[in-house]
Amino acid sequence: MSAHPISSVAQEPAQQRGADIVDFGAALADSQVPQILLQLDQELVGLRPVKTRIREIAALLIIDKLRKSVGLQSAVPSLHMSFTGNPGTGKTTVALRMAEILHSLDYVRKGHLVAVTRDDLVGQYIGHTAPKTKEVLKKAMGGVLFIDEAYYLYRPENERDYGLEAIEILLQVMENQRDDLVVIMAGYKDRMDTFFQSNPGFSSRIAHHVEFPDYTSEELCEISARMLEATNYRLSAAAQEALGRYIELRKAQPHFANARSIRNALDRARLRQANRLFNTGAGLLSKEQLMTIEAEDLLASRVFGPGG
Amino acid sequence: MRLTQGTFSFLPELTEAQIRAQVEYALAQGWAVSIEYTDDPHPRNTYWEMYGNPLFDLRDAAGIMQEITACRATFPGSYIKVNAFDSTRGWEAMRLSFLVNRPPQECEFVLERQEIDGRRLRYTTRREPARTR
Repeated sequence: MSAHPISSVAQEPAQQRGADIVDFGAALADSQVPQILLQLDQELVGLRPVKTRIREIAALLIIDKLRKSVGLQSAVPSLHMSFTGNPGTGKTTVALRMAEILHSLDYVRKGHLVAVTRDDLVGQYIGHTAPKTKEVLKKAMGGVLFIDEAYYLYRPENERDYGLEAIEILLQVMENQRDDLVVIMAGYKDRMDTFFQSNPGFSSRIAHHVEFPDYTSEELCEISARMLEATNYRLSAAAQEALGRYIELRKAQPHFANARSIRNALDRARLRQANRLFNTGAGLLSKEQLMTIEAEDLLASRVFGPGG
Repeated sequence: MRLTQGTFSFLPELTEAQIRAQVEYALAQGWAVSIEYTDDPHPRNTYWEMYGNPLFDLRDAAGIMQEITACRATFPGSYIKVNAFDSTRGWEAMRLSFLVNRPPQECEFVLERQEIDGRRLRYTTRREPARTR
């Protein structure tokens, strides 16, 4: 008989075996992580690198828990993260999911997300900043603190700026109360890089730098389809084609905010659709008409140029 | 004399874990927790000093535990209590209040009887020795 690993284990006393073997399947099912990851996969379009990264982090956390259960060394991993990417690439949405994942793994106790910007952390006069920052931190305890556009905290051009005070308090809490809260910082890639360069304390305390790529045109089409489906609208065939052209044109224009721009475009199309139906005057409208966005609703956008 | 005011005051001192569990319970009920301290724990003194603002919108006890620790460090010689206020319409009252800190030397109170109008008695609780500021 070949030396099969299971048969060799079977010869050991049952007690010892119990201590060395962990039920990975049970731990996985217990944590609900697979469901959350699946949901993440299905509900968010694209974002391949982000999903891979989150999967890795979740895997590390589960394995760490298992290691702990058999008495192996497992330091509480640093979970502070930075999300960098252009506007509208889903940073806030992913942060919300991250809070859920960390909660289901017991790394944060409550799993809520507190989203703040500079205004919520930095005060307006001397002595105002520290209590303000501390209050926000207390609210975020047991959950995730999401700092949007974190680079605004640090304003090198004004040496008396109170942002530095907020940064100091943040750093202290990030270091000393790692099991109480997880900090996620988000913002544009280049400005975050400068921010981390001028505040080395942050970059060394943030273990995970996750980059959010821009969406491709196909992904934006997919996203718009989901947005419309969620609000009970549909595009006519011609409108579908018009939307494709719209996305191409809009991407080339300045201030393109990925999914957010698409959502705004669809909102405006809904306005025009409503107005179009309104102008048809009295008469019967079918459910179909109420649901359908026609090509003209989209083509009226300024993106197609005057008279386009 | 051991001061018995508020919830749990006839029990042994609560441990940190027990205080935390109570605060968690209050938060789970949606009550706003606040911390107060005083050096005048007379039963008729309802106005204790607030330590900071009431802690609204907290989800986890960690922030409150931090404040309790800070309050104890600032006023080690004071009585400190944790309150939980229920803002639900109809209640709008303190639902839970318990001591988390006592001075090393507890206050003494004496009951004073005063005879008035013949044999009638009037009772007063007086701090002994009187508070010196």
